[in-house]
Amino acid sequence: MYPIVEKKVLSENVKLLKIKAPLVAKKALPGQFIILRIDEKGERIPLTIADSDPKKGTVSIIFLEVGKTTKQLGLLNVGDSLENFAGPLGMPSEVKKYGTVVCVGGGVGIAPLYPIVKALKEAGNRVISILGAKTADLLLLENEIHAFSDEFYIATDDGSKGHKGFVSDVIQQVIDKNKVDMVMAIGPIIMMKVVSTVTKKYNIKTLVSLNPIMVDGTGMCGGCRVSIDGKTKFACVDGPEFDGHKVDYDNLMLRNRRFLHAEGEACKLAGAS
Amino acid sequence: MQIGRCLMSVRKTKHEMPEQTPKERIKNFKEVPYGYSKEIAIEEAKRCLQCKNKPCMKGCPVEIDIPGFINCIAQGNFEKAAEVIKAKNNLPAISGRVCPYESQCEGECTLKKIGEPVGIGRLERFIADYERGIGKKPPKKPQSTGKNVAVVGSGPAGLTCAGDLARMGHAVTVFEALHDPGGVLMYGIPEFRLPKAIVKSEVEYVKSLGVEVNYDIVVGKTITVQELMEEYDAVFIGTGAGLPNWLNIPGENLDGVYSANEFLTRVNMMKAYRFPEYDTPVKMGKVVVTFGAGNVAMDCARTALRLGAEKSYILYRRTEAEMPARTEEIEHAKQEGVIFKLLIAPIQFIGDEKGILKEVEYLKMQLGEPDESGRRRPVPIPGSEEKLAVDTALVAIGQSPNPLIPRTMKDLKIGKHGNIITDEDGRTSVPGIFAGGDIASGAATVILAMGAGKKAARAIDAYLKNN
Repeated sequence: MYPIVEKKVLSENVKLLKIKAPLVAKKALPGQFIILRIDEKGERIPLTIADSDPKKGTVSIIFLEVGKTTKQLGLLNVGDSLENFAGPLGMPSEVKKYGTVVCVGGGVGIAPLYPIVKALKEAGNRVISILGAKTADLLLLENEIHAFSDEFYIATDDGSKGHKGFVSDVIQQVIDKNKVDMVMAIGPIIMMKVVSTVTKKYNIKTLVSLNPIMVDGTGMCGGCRVSIDGKTKFACVDGPEFDGHKVDYDNLMLRNRRFLHAEGEACKLAGAS
Repeated sequence: MQIGRCLMSVRKTKHEMPEQTPKERIKNFKEVPYGYSKEIAIEEAKRCLQCKNKPCMKGCPVEIDIPGFINCIAQGNFEKAAEVIKAKNNLPAISGRVCPYESQCEGECTLKKIGEPVGIGRLERFIADYERGIGKKPPKKPQSTGKNVAVVGSGPAGLTCAGDLARMGHAVTVFEALHDPGGVLMYGIPEFRLPKAIVKSEVEYVKSLGVEVNYDIVVGKTITVQELMEEYDAVFIGTGAGLPNWLNIPGENLDGVYSANEFLTRVNMMKAYRFPEYDTPVKMGKVVVTFGAGNVAMDCARTALRLGAEKSYILYRRTEAEMPARTEEIEHAKQEGVIFKLLIAPIQFIGDEKGILKEVEYLKMQLGEPDESGRRRPVPIPGSEEKLAVDTALVAIGQSPNPLIPRTMKDLKIGKHGNIITDEDGRTSVPGIFAGGDIASGAATVILAMGAGKKAARAIDAYLKNN
C-alpha cells in the first residue's frame, strides 16, 4: 500500500497527490511515469511524475479529473492509500546542454513539464517557458516554472492572462526572436501537433511526451502503441517521449478514444452509487 | 509377454472428464471441465501398467514419478499421491490443467499401442484439487543455508525456481512487476481454463515454503539487476515472453485491433468481463477474428464468444495439422462454435472514416515445400484476395522475450530474438545470474518454463555451495 501524504487542489478538477513510494522516488527521473491502481477492482492508469523527493521517499502526481479513476483519485485524502504504485516507467528525458530550449506546457501537461524545465535549467540551458491553459485559473505551477525560466510566457484561450490565444502563437514569436536549439512540448495532443508543425518549418528538434492508454506499462500489451515515422513503438518502454516531427497524432487521438463509451458508463454508475 | 497379457485386459480409452456443455459454458467464464471424481480417478489409475522402464517420465520436464503417484491413486491413497507429485512439482493444479500431455508424458505411454494413454494430466489435476480441498499440509522447513536469492518474475519459471530454492534452504525473494502473482498464468490464460483462485492458491503454497513475494517492482526500472546482485547471492530472471508480435500489415493500429496480450490482460488479470464491477473495460464487437492457431489464439477466440461475440473466427495461414495449440484446446474451440478459416494470410486492416476497424483483407494460401521448421510453407495464391467484415481483430501470432532487463543490463549476452542466452541449466554469461522460461527459450509452454526453473534452481544451489 502506498499512503497519500499530501494533497493540494490546484484548480477545480486538477489535483496534486504526494505519495509515499520510496523505491520509485529513489529512481524517478524527469520524463518518467508511474502506473497506479486505487483498489482491487481498479484499472491501471499511467500518470507522468510531476516531482519526486528521494530523501523523503515521495512522488507527486498531478492529474485532471477526466474519467472514473481520476475522479475517484481526486476524492482520496491524506491518510488514504493506493493499492499499487509502480515505476518509474519509460525512458527519462534526455537532459543535457542544448543551448536555448523552449519548454511548452499545455493544461495538465504543465505538471510533467516542471521536472524537465528544472533539469534542463540545471544542465546549463537557457530556458524559455511557455505555458498555456483555457483560462488563468487553470494555469498550473506558474511560479515554480517561472523560477527556473530565463524567459516566461503565458497564453490563455480567453485572454484572462498573458497572450490571448494559443501557445503555438507564442512559440512562433519566440522562434522569430531567438535561435532555438530544442523544443520540449507536453500537453493536449492537438497542442503538441501544432507546436511540432511550427518547429518543423525551422527544423528545430522537438520532443513531445505522449499519453496513450496503457494497461501493464511494461511492454507487454501493446495497448499504448504509437506510430512513429511509420513504425510501431510502445510508449511505455520506448517512450513516452518521441520526436514530435515523426508522431502520427491523428492515430494517437483515435486510439485514445477507444474506450470513451465504457468510461461514460463507468462514471455514470459510479455517480449513481 | 507380461505386458502383452495386461494390455488385453485394459480399457482402451481414457475415462472422460465431465465438463460443462458447450452451449452452457460459452455464457460463463467458469472452468470447462469439472475434473474426475474419486471413483473415476481410481478406475483411470488402474489402467496404468506400471511399466518398469517408466517411459512417461521421459516426457516430463519436471521429472514427476508418474507411475508412483498413479499407483497411490489406484490404491486410494490420494494424500500419498500428492506427496509424490509435490516432491518434484510445486504447482500441480496448474500443470494438471495446462500441460500439453499428449506430446509429453501421455505421448510416451505404453497404452498408446492399444488405444488411448492413461489420463496422466487428468489424474495430476485430480490429486492437486483433492489436496487443495482438504487443505495443504504445511511443508517442513529445511535448515537455512544462510544464502539468499532474488527471483525476477512470478510466472511458472520464477515460482518453480523460487519454490525449489526455498526447499533447499535458501532465502528467496520474488520481484513481480504487476499487482498479482503468476505472470502468464494470471494475465494470459483465461479463467475458464485456469481459474485464478487456483493460481493464487498455488502461489500461497510456494509462499508457505518460505518465499517472499514483492509486487509493483519492475526490475530494470524500480531496481536494477546489478543492485539485486549487491543484496543477493544469486539472481534468477524469469521475465517471460511478454512482447507481442505483430502482423506488420497496414491498419494494425486502428481502433478494434488488439494484441492477444492486451485483450487477454484486460479480460483475465483486470477482469474486464466483469466490467463495470471492475473498472477496466474491453471493447468487443459482434464479429471477432483471431490471427494465429496456438493456445493463446484459442484462448482469444473462446474468450470472445464468452464476451458475446456472435461469430468468432480463427484465421490461420497453414492447416489444422500444423496448428501449434493443444488438441484439447482446438477441440474445445470447435465445440463452442469457433469458425476456423485455414490457409489464409491477412494483408491489411481496413477502417471506416473514423478509424474504426471494419474489414480485414486477406489472401488465400496453399501449402508448398517444407520450411526450416519442417512444416510445409504456406504460399499465397495470386489474385485470391477476399475481404471479411469484422468488428474486432486479435493478433495472437506469438510473443518475444520481454526487453526490459536485456536493455538495462549491458553485460548479459542476448540472442538475436532478444532472449537471454543460457546454458542448459540456466547459467547466463554473468556468474551468479541465471535465467529460464520464455525469457531464455523464446515463447514456449508453462511446463517447459517450470522445467527450466527447476533446472536453474539446482544450478543456483550448486553455485551457492561453491561461492
